[in-house]
Amino acid sequence: MVKKVINNPKDVTKESLRGLHLAREEETILMEEYSSLIMKNIPKGKVAVLVGGGSGHEPLFAGFVGENLADGAVCGNVFAAPSPDRILATTRAVDRGKGVLYLYGNYAGDNMNFDIASELAEELDIPIKTVRVWDDVASAPLDKITERRGIAGDVFVIKIAGAAAKEISDLEEVYRVTCKARDFTRSMGVALSPGSIPETGEYTFTLGVDEIEIGMGLHGERGIARQRMIPADELVDLVLKRIIEDLPFVQEDKVCLLINNLGATTMMELLIINRAARKILNDYGMNVHKTLIGSYCTSQEMAGFSISLLKLDLELERLFDIPVSSFALTMD
Amino acid sequence: MMEEALSFTQVISLLEYVSHKMVESKELLSHADQAIGDGDHGIGMARGFEAVLEKLKLSTFSTYEDLFKNVGMTLLSNIGGAAGAIFGSLFIGVGKGFAGVESFTSQTWADALTSGLNSVIKRGGAKVGDKTMVDALVPAVETAVANVSEPLSVLTELSYRSAQKGMEKTKDYIATTGKAKTLSERSLGFRDPGAISTYLIFKFMNEFIRSL
Repeated sequence: MVKKVINNPKDVTKESLRGLHLAREEETILMEEYSSLIMKNIPKGKVAVLVGGGSGHEPLFAGFVGENLADGAVCGNVFAAPSPDRILATTRAVDRGKGVLYLYGNYAGDNMNFDIASELAEELDIPIKTVRVWDDVASAPLDKITERRGIAGDVFVIKIAGAAAKEISDLEEVYRVTCKARDFTRSMGVALSPGSIPETGEYTFTLGVDEIEIGMGLHGERGIARQRMIPADELVDLVLKRIIEDLPFVQEDKVCLLINNLGATTMMELLIINRAARKILNDYGMNVHKTLIGSYCTSQEMAGFSISLLKLDLELERLFDIPVSSFALTMD
Repeated sequence: MMEEALSFTQVISLLEYVSHKMVESKELLSHADQAIGDGDHGIGMARGFEAVLEKLKLSTFSTYEDLFKNVGMTLLSNIGGAAGAIFGSLFIGVGKGFAGVESFTSQTWADALTSGLNSVIKRGGAKVGDKTMVDALVPAVETAVANVSEPLSVLTELSYRSAQKGMEKTKDYIATTGKAKTLSERSLGFRDPGAISTYLIFKFMNEFIRSL
């Protein structure tokens, strides 16, 4: 068994969500029966943004329930999509008559469960639009972008969706802007050591002592290469160039940069990564508008990091700068 | 020897038996999933079928449609993830196939299974060869449909053998959907956990019917 500070492994999702709620008690409501967290006082006539997915990636997704961010988050068990009844109950709780935007990472389980919920919601006359995030450039080639996985780029897309839904009371329009943010986001990760699922007590994959996997997914899905450890600057160069060339990002582009901790990597390393990333972006002639560094989208105790870039146009820049307040992200 | 048809009470006992055995298969399924997934398939399936046992104990059902739909909804809500959506859709689809039907015979079971298979394909979009539960389900359903003139116990025996063959073939397939997708050729040589679950459901069903 992998060491973890937990009680009964069956209770990890429930207990961590309760802990998160208690940290933001003033502005959120915990729907414990449905493993979801929603905002108090969602205004009438607001398009609601509902995010969600498997647990185990904290602070994603529930940590992004907040002012000008997500109105609700519905959590599945560790690394498993939430079921349609949970999604539907939460949908009904956040709907204010203008419909609900579903926003989540592109995985078979999430796609099917959110689709079932969306069909049930439409039967209740709640309009639903769905945006699946597929930012992981390592998970499929560009011509099969809809097969890519959603990783830390979720954070940028949630940020924009939340801001758009604050400003625009039309579901189609919020959907359009959110799709643009999704299409302008690219990410890639590197794993140094595995994470484990509390209920199995086992690591989800193995890596040699001196081995890393470039492009590995959030649940230990295969990346693009397994190789020996290399210095930070070389590693960041490898990852960031692949991200930049994928969109592609070009000279004079204004971007937001996210250096994400996959779980067990130190802040010291993340800062070293940021330094290396800025040098490369500078060499490409790109401008960094905002930088986020820390644990946003994790995979239990997996060591490693991911880098995400969001390309800003005038509309996205304005929306990105709208202040937010939540457990995971606060910007004045 | 059993009759040509099962009674409503026997079908409930059948579902209880299959559920018990699926819960007991937790370790086997999780172990299979560790090779090509994240190792939690058995946990989800056991959680789902435990909830089905509870549901069967606490509720009364008036029709086969109602019974199978309730089993499906319970699996959908309690397994979670991709497996919840797929196995939930299977049983809900079987329930739909029993709409207006008041008997459980070779013919009505084959029809209901066909409806279940259609629901699974509509939801998941997988085809035979994609290394999913569909690889075990399609041959099992096809065999059932081809043998509707046989007694139920012969049909379930043949159906379970076909599911087994289909499940074994997943060793030779490369995963193209779900989390195992990105393992590509690393998934070769391993049976798909969802196909194993499907095979087990048919196997346990046959065991129960043979025991009557």
